[in-house]
Amino acid sequence: MNERRLPPVTQVGMTSLALIVAGGIYLAAHIPNHVPLGPAIALLGASALLLVGNIAALARVQGFPWGRFFEIARWALLAYLIIAGMIEYAFLRDHLSGGPLVVLTLSLVVFAVHVPVLIGFTVARYDTSVGALPGAV
Amino acid sequence: VVAEIAISDPAVAVRDGPPAAIGRPDFQIVPRAGLPIVVVVLGLLIAGIAINELWPLEFLHVVGGAAWTIIDLFLGFVLGPIIGRLSIPARVELTTRLMPKMVLIMPTAVTVTLAAGWQLANRLGTVQSSYHLHGWVVASYIVVGVMAVIALGLLEPANIAVLVELKKPQPNPRVIERLMKRFIYTAGATGLMQIATLVIMTKLASG
Repeated sequence: MNERRLPPVTQVGMTSLALIVAGGIYLAAHIPNHVPLGPAIALLGASALLLVGNIAALARVQGFPWGRFFEIARWALLAYLIIAGMIEYAFLRDHLSGGPLVVLTLSLVVFAVHVPVLIGFTVARYDTSVGALPGAV
Repeated sequence: VVAEIAISDPAVAVRDGPPAAIGRPDFQIVPRAGLPIVVVVLGLLIAGIAINELWPLEFLHVVGGAAWTIIDLFLGFVLGPIIGRLSIPARVELTTRLMPKMVLIMPTAVTVTLAAGWQLANRLGTVQSSYHLHGWVVASYIVVGVMAVIALGLLEPANIAVLVELKKPQPNPRVIERLMKRFIYTAGATGLMQIATLVIMTKLASG
């Protein structure tokens, strides 16, 4: 099976998700004490940068089957927006506010975008329809 | 309904002529019949969090957690090795019947477990850093976090990708095998981590 030359989207995506999770654990582990937001913001920023980098790297791949990618990623985005909405609802229900709410909400945004990117990428990399680069097969 | 698909293995094609047609059940990647059930379960979750009573939260957390744990362990250690030894047609048939259900069951079970668990812990005060087993609670965050990253980054994309591949008129058996391996290995890894979850949760329940 010849491999299409692709950037390490899955590895970078998992690192980004791990940073988001680490930030969430850091904030949750300090409840109800005052939490210095610096580390959580740094983790969120690094995660968001990896997301942007991942999308930019993918955009540079010539002949990438974007049709297949968006066909899958848009439905995954809908599903993960619902899941992120449920988590956000739990935060609001527990009267979370201020800086921690902003950091966690932005973390949910990165999560809700990056997971569909990973799903769309995994599907599209094996696409062999007309117009797609030969590679996965 | 059984569709005839051609499994395109070039080696087989050269040796035995055109690719053999293999029957695979027609399927939907996301089974629409299951969506109302998911909506009902998520509705119960929202109601449980809104009511914030002990029993509904405990029920949702325990039922969701049990489903999540058992499915991970069963897939990783029982079904996984069996699938690996099946013939390709049998593997295709099992995959087309099993994986679409996983697309709905796993995200729902995980969401219910985590959201109800968080709310339950809030109500019981076990999320407070003053709780005497706080270290165990943080350990549970870490275990769940690692499982989430594996599931979201590897397991779920492989699940969807194998179903999309199987929907093609000529699915590539090597792509399917590769993705199924990834699915089974990651299910096994999260299954191992579920043992850690069981240790932590029984410790927290025992006080």
